[in-house]
Amino acid sequence: MSTGNTFLVLSAFLASGVEFVEALTIVLAAGLARGWRSSLAGLGAATVVLAVIVAALGPALTVIPLQGLRLVVGGLLLVFGLQWLRKAILRASGYKALHDEDAIFARELADARGAAHLERGGVDWYGFTLAFKGVLLEGLEVVFIVLTFGSAQGSITLAAVGAVAALVLVAGVGVAVRAPLARVPENWMKFAVGVMLTTFGIFWSVEGAGADWPGSDASLLGVLGFVVLSSVLCVRLLQRERNSLVRPIEVEA
Amino acid sequence: MSRLAAFGRFWWDFVIGDDWLVAVLVVAGIGATAALATTSVAAWWLLPLAVLGVLWLSLRRAIRSA
Repeated sequence: MSTGNTFLVLSAFLASGVEFVEALTIVLAAGLARGWRSSLAGLGAATVVLAVIVAALGPALTVIPLQGLRLVVGGLLLVFGLQWLRKAILRASGYKALHDEDAIFARELADARGAAHLERGGVDWYGFTLAFKGVLLEGLEVVFIVLTFGSAQGSITLAAVGAVAALVLVAGVGVAVRAPLARVPENWMKFAVGVMLTTFGIFWSVEGAGADWPGSDASLLGVLGFVVLSSVLCVRLLQRERNSLVRPIEVEA
Repeated sequence: MSRLAAFGRFWWDFVIGDDWLVAVLVVAGIGATAALATTSVAAWWLLPLAVLGVLWLSLRRAIRSA
């Protein structure tokens, strides 16, 4: 498999995995608090909507000329990836609280247990809506990543393989443990996804803008190294700055 | 109208996120790369450096507004 295709599958797997872990937390909270029937109905309905979006947009993207597609997709991924990377760097440097799946699960569970009961057609409306919205919103990110990565690299199928592998893994573990996957190193996965999105974003934007990379696809590794080093440098600089701000307060206390 | 506004807001938050300046500067960086690519000078190096600058600027803005 070429460097580009390996990155494609790995990126789709990681990015989808992060979103599936978050969706699982919401579906579990809805199921435990409001009943599994409502939660699974919401999950099923959202999956159908996502499938329709993929079926409608997937073939449409394949007819757009590759250079124009890479320019638009690269720009979108770059903006999208920099959002992820900024949050990940702020978390790693201590400026933003770490993402805690256990805490989110507890909050969702408490909200779901406190909400009024409204049943329609044998389905609890709150549980259905909670699961539907959660899966749809997290799933839209997966669809966005699979379609943009896949179409720009010329293989939506390979991107879908990465996403389906992540789905099987997360769903399998979720069914087995019936608890939020708090042990998944989600913060580091988000960091990796931010790096991947930014790397692909830079690579395709440059190609879409009409410039050539030295070494063609192999230069993806160079771009990846540059983004990783830049991110680590940002974390180190911000950590040092934060420590210098925190220390005087600790001494005074 | 409120549904249309909510739909637009969703996509704005989804793609643009917290810092609109990132989107503006990324578009400017891609435009500059495209302009440089029309000359005889290699253009591939420009966007990675621009992205590093944009990332640092966005981090500073996020910390200032926190």
